[in-house]
Amino acid sequence: MDPAGIKSVVESLLFVSDVPLTLDRLCSILEEFERGEILSAIDELKRDCNQPARGIFLAEIAGGFQLRSRPENADYLRRLSRIRFAKFSHSSLETLAIIAYRQPVTRAEIEYLRGVDSGGVLKTLLDKKLIRILGKKDIPGKPLIYGTTREFLETFNLKDLASLPTLKEIQELAEPDLYEEQGKLPLDEGGER
Amino acid sequence: MANSQNRLFAEGDQTAYNIKIEAFEGPLDLLLHLIKKSEVDICNIPIATVTRQYLEYIELMKELNLDIAGDFLVMASTLIQIKSKMLLPASNDDEAVEEDEEDPRAELVRRLLEYQKYKEAAMTLGGRELLGRDTFARKFEAPELKSLQPEEESLEIELFELIEAFRRVLAKVPVQSFHEVGAESISIADRINDILTLLQGKEAVTFDELFAEGGTRELLIASFLAILELCKLKMVKVVQAASFGTILIMPAVPEGEEGLTEDAVGPGRY
Repeated sequence: MDPAGIKSVVESLLFVSDVPLTLDRLCSILEEFERGEILSAIDELKRDCNQPARGIFLAEIAGGFQLRSRPENADYLRRLSRIRFAKFSHSSLETLAIIAYRQPVTRAEIEYLRGVDSGGVLKTLLDKKLIRILGKKDIPGKPLIYGTTREFLETFNLKDLASLPTLKEIQELAEPDLYEEQGKLPLDEGGER
Repeated sequence: MANSQNRLFAEGDQTAYNIKIEAFEGPLDLLLHLIKKSEVDICNIPIATVTRQYLEYIELMKELNLDIAGDFLVMASTLIQIKSKMLLPASNDDEAVEEDEEDPRAELVRRLLEYQKYKEAAMTLGGRELLGRDTFARKFEAPELKSLQPEEESLEIELFELIEAFRRVLAKVPVQSFHEVGAESISIADRINDILTLLQGKEAVTFDELFAEGGTRELLIASFLAILELCKLKMVKVVQAASFGTILIMPAVPEGEEGLTEDAVGPGRY
């Protein structure tokens, strides 16, 4: 079938849908098209949207696809409806990071890692549906274990948990300058100033 | 580091304080900051210096009449303990044991490194293009749609809410003073059949409806177990539109998932 046709159909579907559409869902809606055709239509759309003049981009979120506004335009969009825009404190980000990377994780483990009481933060994150209770750990006291939710992926613009940068990658990014600081300081300080 | 507000110890090191308390998430964060400031290797912390600076900071918090969180005090005692351990001369009599002995700082260093890792991860996370802050999508919150989406995992989330709802129902039933000794036996199988009959021909039944007839605690418990059993057998679906909202029990139609979603979007929407 006409490739321009399917691309525009997919674009319309993504435009109208409230939630990220998975490839499976698209395939079941567009049963007269091949999976491969749908995929390449998505790829083309993604490329189209990447042009700087466009106001939207095609994001891969929580295993699905969704059209989202360009981050560069955020300032203007916030004026649109006085949307209470998401804000995250250091403590919630820290706690979220620990849960995202270590799940399933208990409150005690989180508090050991952070060195502070985390009950309040956990409650807020649960209320915001960014984390959920996965069950109970089979150790004495049967503590609750926590994990991240689909909303977490949606909010943090993540395709899936695997697309989080690994802790090793993060460390490799951060480490060099740490060594630089230590190694070079005594030598370079005189020369630079 | 140009932002002087974030500096705990200015160049003068011990005298000039310029602090912003909120900047520290906890004792580990403060320790990391102190170590970075003194530009020492994290694996070889000058424990005496760092302990002194740490205690000065706590002293300062007291002066500023800030509530010192217990966590800060626990860390202070840990630091002092490590410091005193390091002052003790190493025992020479048993060398085999000594070799096994860890540097007293080792555990703290491990925690600091681990914490640093997650602190950086948190910063990366916060730097992403967040929905609702940097990027926006069409009506993000669509709970009524979401809850009706066929999602195998959703049951796990509901379980705790289900128990909570059950607790509420149970609370309505007065603890009966007994007047009859013979135990009434209600089998879960019976309740499963009752529930299935109740569901027949209906799209959904609310959680409370199942317990509408009232009854003994035994009956309620059997009903609750029956629901869990039915969920496990995938014969019913338990959905909830919003947290603390009404919990609906609906018959699971294996091939009807699409039909369900369409129904939910519903007539009159277009």
